[in-house]
Amino acid sequence: MFPAPDFRCTSNDSEDTELRFVTCQSLWNQIKSETEQIQENLNKQLLENLVSFLSRSHSDFQEKTTEWTFKMKFREIPTAALVLGVNVTDHDLTFRGLSDVLQDNITPYVAMLEAKDCPGIKNLMQKLMGQLMNCDLDVDSLEDEDCVQVSQNRVRCSMPSLISWYDSVTKKTDSETPSKKRNSSSRHWQSPPVVVVFKDMESFTTKVLQDFIVISSQHIHELPLVLIFGIATSPMIIHRLLPHSVSSLLCIELFQSISCKEHLSTIIDKLLLTSQFPFKLGEKVLQVLINIFLYHDFSVQNFIKGFQLCIVEHFYSQPLSVLCCHLVDIKKRVYSLSHDQCENIRRLPSFRRCLHVFTSSLPKYPLGKQIRELHCACLENRVWETEEYESSLQLARMLNKTDLVTMLQQCVEILMSSSGKEFDRAVEKLKEFLTQFQNLEENNCLPCSLMHHFFLKTLLELKESRRSKKLTKFEMLRFEVVDYIDSLVRRYLVPADERTLHEVVYFNGAAVLRGHLNAAPRTALHTALNNPHWYLKNQALRCDGGGISNKAPDICIVYKLHLECGRLINLVDWLEAFSTVVMAAEEPNDAASSDQVDDVIHARFIRAVSELELLGFIKPSKQKTDHVARLTWGGC
Amino acid sequence: MKWQEVKASVTILGTKVRKDKAQLSVSVKRFVKKLENISDNEAQEVLEEKNYVAALGICAQDPVGNGSNISGGEVYSFQTPKRSNKMAELASELAQTPEQNVAPDHSKCPEKMAKTPQNSKRSSSDKVQQKSKKKEFVSTTPYRLRKRLAAPDPYLESESEYSASCSEEEDEDEQKEVSTVLSDQKTPAKTKAASTPPPRNSLAKKNKEQKMGNLVEEYFEAHSSSKVLTSDRTLQKLRKRRLSQQTLHDLLKNAPLAYAAEIRDLNQQHESLFSKWMLQLHLGFNIVLYGLGSKRDLLEKFRTSLLQDSVHLVVNGYFPSITVRSILNSITEEVLDHIGTFRSPLDQLEFITKRFKEDSSLELYVLIHNLDSQMLRGERSQQILAQLSSLPSIYLIASIDHINAPLMWDHAKLSLYNWLWYETTTFNPYVEETSYENSLLVQHSGSLALSSLMHVLHSLTLNARGIFRLLAQHQLEKKDNPSYPGLSFQDFYQQCREAFLVNSDLTLRAQLTEFRDHKLIRTKRGADGVEYLLIPVDDTTLTDFLEKEDEDV
Repeated sequence: MFPAPDFRCTSNDSEDTELRFVTCQSLWNQIKSETEQIQENLNKQLLENLVSFLSRSHSDFQEKTTEWTFKMKFREIPTAALVLGVNVTDHDLTFRGLSDVLQDNITPYVAMLEAKDCPGIKNLMQKLMGQLMNCDLDVDSLEDEDCVQVSQNRVRCSMPSLISWYDSVTKKTDSETPSKKRNSSSRHWQSPPVVVVFKDMESFTTKVLQDFIVISSQHIHELPLVLIFGIATSPMIIHRLLPHSVSSLLCIELFQSISCKEHLSTIIDKLLLTSQFPFKLGEKVLQVLINIFLYHDFSVQNFIKGFQLCIVEHFYSQPLSVLCCHLVDIKKRVYSLSHDQCENIRRLPSFRRCLHVFTSSLPKYPLGKQIRELHCACLENRVWETEEYESSLQLARMLNKTDLVTMLQQCVEILMSSSGKEFDRAVEKLKEFLTQFQNLEENNCLPCSLMHHFFLKTLLELKESRRSKKLTKFEMLRFEVVDYIDSLVRRYLVPADERTLHEVVYFNGAAVLRGHLNAAPRTALHTALNNPHWYLKNQALRCDGGGISNKAPDICIVYKLHLECGRLINLVDWLEAFSTVVMAAEEPNDAASSDQVDDVIHARFIRAVSELELLGFIKPSKQKTDHVARLTWGGC
Repeated sequence: MKWQEVKASVTILGTKVRKDKAQLSVSVKRFVKKLENISDNEAQEVLEEKNYVAALGICAQDPVGNGSNISGGEVYSFQTPKRSNKMAELASELAQTPEQNVAPDHSKCPEKMAKTPQNSKRSSSDKVQQKSKKKEFVSTTPYRLRKRLAAPDPYLESESEYSASCSEEEDEDEQKEVSTVLSDQKTPAKTKAASTPPPRNSLAKKNKEQKMGNLVEEYFEAHSSSKVLTSDRTLQKLRKRRLSQQTLHDLLKNAPLAYAAEIRDLNQQHESLFSKWMLQLHLGFNIVLYGLGSKRDLLEKFRTSLLQDSVHLVVNGYFPSITVRSILNSITEEVLDHIGTFRSPLDQLEFITKRFKEDSSLELYVLIHNLDSQMLRGERSQQILAQLSSLPSIYLIASIDHINAPLMWDHAKLSLYNWLWYETTTFNPYVEETSYENSLLVQHSGSLALSSLMHVLHSLTLNARGIFRLLAQHQLEKKDNPSYPGLSFQDFYQQCREAFLVNSDLTLRAQLTEFRDHKLIRTKRGADGVEYLLIPVDDTTLTDFLEKEDEDV
């Protein structure tokens, strides 16, 4: 798509940049299609429900049954209220999927309306008819192009013209011979409904919505209209927007889309907690992304964007990321490593700490990571030093037998599924435990309920006096199992950054990520104005405490002075204060050209003040001559 | 209606509060239980918040990162009451640095010293603070400032009292206070300094201790009265030569830029990111630059170094007459070679979208200096620009400066823009960006207004100029009358007739309409229903204008 040399810039070893770029792109494309797939799957249920609703709603119209006429008397428009949640940015994908599904299964006549296009009922009708007639164009191929093009302009945008259009279109479909290649019409009913989607119901003006509903309810017997409301907040909004007289014209059914949190966890599950993709996020990076999600927008879309940025940053800044690929390719690439690249590896801080031999640790690596993630999903714990882990182990030690057995079986399954030689031993061991349990059950002919009771008793006794009673065989075994799992955890759940060569697959630039996605422009301005030394590394600017040196750039001094003022600032006083500071900072020149100096200071002051105005700290005020108004407060 | 089937689940910051069907019949006990749950959740939230702060507060690793350890409250809080001459005080503090040491020489100017109190009665609002301040003045004010404060211009003398901006509302209480302060000030300054109650420093400490309580009180104090105490001094009284745009430019050009080397270093750091920007632009992101200092040169350098061979469009957002329409026009006309007009910007946008989707070889780089400028910050403009930037083959790189610029964008727009934020603090002066601004500083606005006045007037007939002159002269005659409402239409008509400038009031009205269209005059209806005419230009400009006119004639 674009030349690879773009990647070449920072790292001086240009030999593998192209490969890195290609790897990065292919990885991103895989991930992108995967996320789309996930979204599709998640929306499947919702869309199915909607489709069945739509087919139900207009089947009556199809058959012209009595029920329909009954409904017609009341002029109720079938309406689907689609509660999508506050993550407005994700809605687009859902709607796109919806429109695809509808056009494939139900009707070619789908119109998507957004509030920003419909300030009035006229615009709404215009938009609606434009979309409907264009979609007709798509179906009809391009044979009568000119006729359709003019239609939007010439036809008056009103309900009757819409109905006559609908009549003509459906009649045409009826009369059409099947020989004409129209694969779409076969999938649709004879008179497909017209679906109007209000993407952002809340933003529509009440008037427009009411008018549209009232008008179209008058014509419902001629035009099988179905409305879909996209709702971001709660279904109550319908009643707040529409008075009873209008909402009673609707026959509303509610549909709830999957919550964005569930969506996110599925995404994380499928992208990060699998071995499918070699690229991983560091703990802090993931934290930043999740926090942006939870505290800022609830937008899965943005999460994926952040993820993309991580990938790009990683491949861009880490020369060894060339090794971040699937296991199959890794060996090939390792052998082709050049001397320089080996040097790079040697320079990685983790390598210095590492005791293992480079070659042996490398292929092992993705495996270890994989278990870590699996365990992450299983136990929801990362490090054995945390309290949660301790307590969960404690709990595990108290588990009753059946639970323990099922848990063990699950573990075996999970470990089996991740086909690694490493775990064979672990699997065997666990299986051994399982058989032991079974044996135990055979030997120990105690019924389950009794055993349960027995456990409770032993637990209580354990509390009182640990060594007083001999542990039963089962308890021994249980402890053994838990200890073994503990040892497994300790072995494999090493935090990512303690592992060898973790830099290859883990992206850890949390600060970079945060800077690019969750920037704080005000903080940057604040820092620059209050503490210019942060940016300009000059000794003269260094200042202890919260103060500011009088040699600071003009704008900083002007800013600092204006902080001392109230709502209005007198320009003359300000200028005077400024020149006092600036004169003191400069070398005491001879007063020969003091007038000239004054002018220069005056000019500098003007510049600084107009810069502050540009930045939005002050604005001109007409309240008093030569005054400006302050727009911000605090900060001193 | 199938509302009963609804199972609404509300998600609040990651914790789920479930409302089920039975909620209506929940007994009080259960309600309490729920509350407990909620408080548990809250505790968890607090914990999560800590994590959040920890995760987001990761110290910036690169040197360019901003001081991320500043909490939001520190940056911009609400208004707090200010004493009137704190600014001068701070200036004197700043002026006195250890190495400079402009030691105040007390012996030299005892008389002036004695005068100081009288001068500083300006801040009459707070006695106690006034006194303590005075003490500080004695010890820290450098000679220069003291001279200024002590012996003001004879012109300034009469004006030097601070006054409320809405002086009509001044109540008696305050005046009483002023008088007591005045009587106080008759006593020698030194004894006052001795009798000063707690010095301000310790006050400040106390403030910190009872921060919360005071914060609330301060808020209401600051917002309770609309009065603002500032001095009445004006630039005009300073007898400063007005600086025209040109002289300002020349003066600044000659003044050396401070810290040029450091600024260059800073900019070089940013320049090293160019290729990365290019990459990210191609990957579907758009780039927004923020931070103090003009980013114009930086973007210009980006353009010259990387975009020479590609189609690109530079938008000077700070230009006062830029519109979205003109941006779209230059895309359709110059990039897409389309001749013809569009009904609305939306149509135009649709056309552009279609063209770019049809032809995948089309690529366009759009550079916008000051995306947050007056003209582009509107909701509709931003919507259109966002939609434009979301096209995969349009690469947008823009800069913002205003502190509230991010408020322009809601989630929908943000996702269209798909921004990557880059902090590029350059400390470069905003030369170009501020050169168009004429509103704030009387210095340039005067000159600009004058030139535009002359320009418009020159295109009018001699009679029309005479009419305007008449009005201007009348306004200047009444300039000392602060409640001058303007010249009533009838009087004006009379005067014009006498000067043989018009022959009927219809001609005069036609003329006035023309003036009004050019914003040369303003009409106001008085309380008695009479129409008053006023030239909305300050007196000095008007005087200058009349002088110029005299030269011309």
